[in-house]
Amino acid sequence: MRIALFITCVNDTLFPRTGWAVVRLLERLGHEVVFPEAQTCCGQMHYNTGYRREAQRLAVGFVRTFADADVVLAPSGSCAGMVRDNYPRLGEPGSRLEAAVAEVAPRVLDLSELLVDVLEVTDVGAYFPHTVTYHPTCHGLRLLRLGDRPQRLLRAVRGLELVELEGAAECCGFGGTFAVKNAAVSAAMGSDKARHVAHTGAEVLCAVDNSCLMHIGGTLSRQRAGVQVLHLAEILASTEEEPASP
Amino acid sequence: MSATFMGMPAFPEAARAATGDAQLRHNLRKATRTIRDKRAAVVEELDDWAGLRAAGAAIKNRTLRHLDTYLERLEEAVTAAGGTVHWAADAAEANAVVTDLVRATGHDEVVKVKSMATQEIELNEALAEAGITAYETDLAELIVQLGDDTPSHILVPAIHRNRSEIREIFRAKMAEWGVPAPDGLTDDPRALAEAARTHLREKFLTTRVAVSGANFAVADTGTMVVLESEGNGRMCLTLPETLISVVGIEKIVPTWADLEVFLQLLPRSSTGERMNPYTSTWTGVTPGDGPQEFHLVLLDNGRTDTLADQVGRQALRCIRCSACLNICPVYERTGGHAYGSVYPGPIGAILTPQLRGTASEIDASLPYASSLCGACYEVCPVAIDIPEVLVHLRERVTEGGGHAAERTAMAAAGWVLEDRRRLTLAQRAAAKARGLVPRRLPGPGAAWTDTRDVPDIPAESFRDQWRRRESGAPGRNERKKRGGRR
Ligand code: SF4
Repeated sequence: MRIALFITCVNDTLFPRTGWAVVRLLERLGHEVVFPEAQTCCGQMHYNTGYRREAQRLAVGFVRTFADADVVLAPSGSCAGMVRDNYPRLGEPGSRLEAAVAEVAPRVLDLSELLVDVLEVTDVGAYFPHTVTYHPTCHGLRLLRLGDRPQRLLRAVRGLELVELEGAAECCGFGGTFAVKNAAVSAAMGSDKARHVAHTGAEVLCAVDNSCLMHIGGTLSRQRAGVQVLHLAEILASTEEEPASP
Repeated sequence: MSATFMGMPAFPEAARAATGDAQLRHNLRKATRTIRDKRAAVVEELDDWAGLRAAGAAIKNRTLRHLDTYLERLEEAVTAAGGTVHWAADAAEANAVVTDLVRATGHDEVVKVKSMATQEIELNEALAEAGITAYETDLAELIVQLGDDTPSHILVPAIHRNRSEIREIFRAKMAEWGVPAPDGLTDDPRALAEAARTHLREKFLTTRVAVSGANFAVADTGTMVVLESEGNGRMCLTLPETLISVVGIEKIVPTWADLEVFLQLLPRSSTGERMNPYTSTWTGVTPGDGPQEFHLVLLDNGRTDTLADQVGRQALRCIRCSACLNICPVYERTGGHAYGSVYPGPIGAILTPQLRGTASEIDASLPYASSLCGACYEVCPVAIDIPEVLVHLRERVTEGGGHAAERTAMAAAGWVLEDRRRLTLAQRAAAKARGLVPRRLPGPGAAWTDTRDVPDIPAESFRDQWRRRESGAPGRNERKKRGGRR
C-alpha cells in the first residue's frame, strides 16, 4: 500500500527519529511511503489558542497537500484528531474547504489505526526487551478513540513487558499553549503524571504523541527519575538487528 | 454576578496560589476522586446511559429553541395555580424584586435552600443591605456562610474544607447566627451534622419566608422541582408562609414526563446515587398546605445573549450536576475559587464568560483554564461539548484584541508554518543555534523550564534528512543517527 506521511511540524523539527521509525516500520511491512514535501503544520496550536483564521489557512494547505493520498499517516494522535475532529468545524458551510475536508479528513489515521484497522496486523515483528508503560493521551483516547489498539500492538512485541499506569486516562497537563498560559497547573499535572509513571517501575514510557512525551519526559528528566520516553513507532520499529535503545 | 468576585486576579494567577496550597490540593483530590469513582460505578450499571444522555441533550435543545413559547406557558400555568411570576433581566432587577417581596411580608429573615441562581445574583448581600438576613440551610452552604467564604463547588460548596476546619468554623461562628455549637464539639461527621441540625431546626421553625432555586421548572403544569440530599430543602419549601423561587430561564422542561430522563441523569452524575434522596415539587399554592404565597422570579442575566450564540448556547443545557468539575484535572488542582465565579470548573469556564462577557481579565482568562483534555465532555450527562465552546470563546477573546504579544507570535508562527520553504529555513536556523539553547529559558519559556527539561534540537529536520535520502546523496545515515535526546 502507498502511505502518505504527515510527519507534523513538532516531529519534523524536534523528533525526526520518530518519522524515521515510521518509515522503517512501514517499509519493513512491505509498504511504500511518501512524504509530500509541501506539508507543514495542521494548525492545532492556532486553533486551540483561538486563532481560527491562521488555523484555516494551514488547513487549506493541508487538504491541498494530501488531496490525492489514499491514506495519510500522522504519528501524532492530537494532530490526527485535529484534522478529523476540528477541520470539519473550520470550513464555512458550502465552502471549498468544507468539501475538501470531508474528502481528506477521514483518511487521516494514527499509526495504531493504520496498522490494526487498515493493514490488519498487530504483530509487526518488533523486538524490544524492556518494561514499558503506556500513556494513552487525551486526544488518542477521547478524540480518536484508539481504544486498546496501541496496547495490543505493544503486547505483540517480543521481549516487551507492558505494565499498568495508574490514572492513565488523566491528562498530563501539556495542552499546547496551556503549558505556558497556565504554567503552575500544567506543572502540577505533569508532576503527578510523572510520579505515576515512576511508580510503575517501567524503563520506558510510551505514547502516540511526542508533545505529551516531551512534557512528561522533561518532567521525569528534571526529577532524575530514570525513565525514558519513546514514541510507539520507535518501539514497533525496533528489531533485534536494529534495536531502539530506551 | 459581580461584587464579591470583582477584582479577582486572572485564572493563572489565582491557580498558581491554589496549586501551592498543599492542604487544599489534598482536600480536593480526596473529594473529587471519591465522587468521581462513585459516579463511574453507577453510570456503568445502566446499559442505556448513552441513550439517556442523548435524550437529555435533545429535550434541552428543543426547549431552548422554543424557549419563548415554553416561558409563556410556564407563566400561565404558575399564575393559574395561584402563584405570581416576575421577570428579571439582570441581577439588580432580580434582587430588587426579591427584596421588595420580603419587605412586603414584614419579616426580616429568610431561610434558603441552596440555589446557584441566587448566588449568581448575590442575593444574600443585596438582602443584607436591605436589613434582611438570609440563612443558608444546605449543610455545605451553611459552612460556607458561617466561614464568611464563597462556594468552591457546585454541589459541595465547602469541598475545599476538611472536617477539622469545619469544626473550627462551627465553634467560632454558630453563636453569631443562632443556636451555638455544643460544648466539646468533635470533628466526627455525626457530631458535626447534629450540631448543624440543631442550629438549623430553630431557623426552620421560626422563619416565615423562604427563598429557593429550582433544578427544573415544568412548563405544562407550572411545577418547580428541587433535588437535594438532606431534607433541609424540603423544610424550607413546606414550613414558611411565603416562598420565593429564583430560577434561571433555561431551567424549563416542557412536560412532567421529561423529568423521567433528568431524574435519572442528575443523581447518578452528581452524587453517584441511583435515586435522589429528596425530590420536592411544588405547584403554585394549595390552601391549608405549605406556603400560602408563591412567587417565581424568572432570571435572564445574560442567558438570552448566550442563547443567541450558536456554538455557546449548549452551555444552557447544563443541569449543574458537577460531574465535569469532579473529573477535571485543572479543577482538581485549583479548586473553585480560582474561577472567580459561582460556576467553577469546566462549566464555569464556558458559562461565566458568556453570562458576564469577556471584558474583565478574569473572564478573558477563563476559556484558557483547560488543557482541552475532553474529560468534561465525556462525563457531561447532557453532552455539552465543553472543549468546543472553550475554543469558540478563545476565538472571541483573540478577536477582541487578546494578548498583543501572543497575537504577534501566533501570526509569525502562522506565517512560517504556512510555507514549507519558510519552515525549512526556520528549522535550519534553529538547528544551527541548538548549542545556544540554555537549560533555563527566559520569558514565557521559563514556565516550561522551571519544572521540565527542554528537548535537544536535532541537527537536522526530518524533511532535510528525507530530501537527502531521496536524492541519494551520501551523508550521515539517518537511521543510525539519533535526532534529539529526550
Ligand atoms: S456542564 Fe454537564 S457535567 Fe458540567 S455541571 Fe453541567 S451538566 Fe454537569
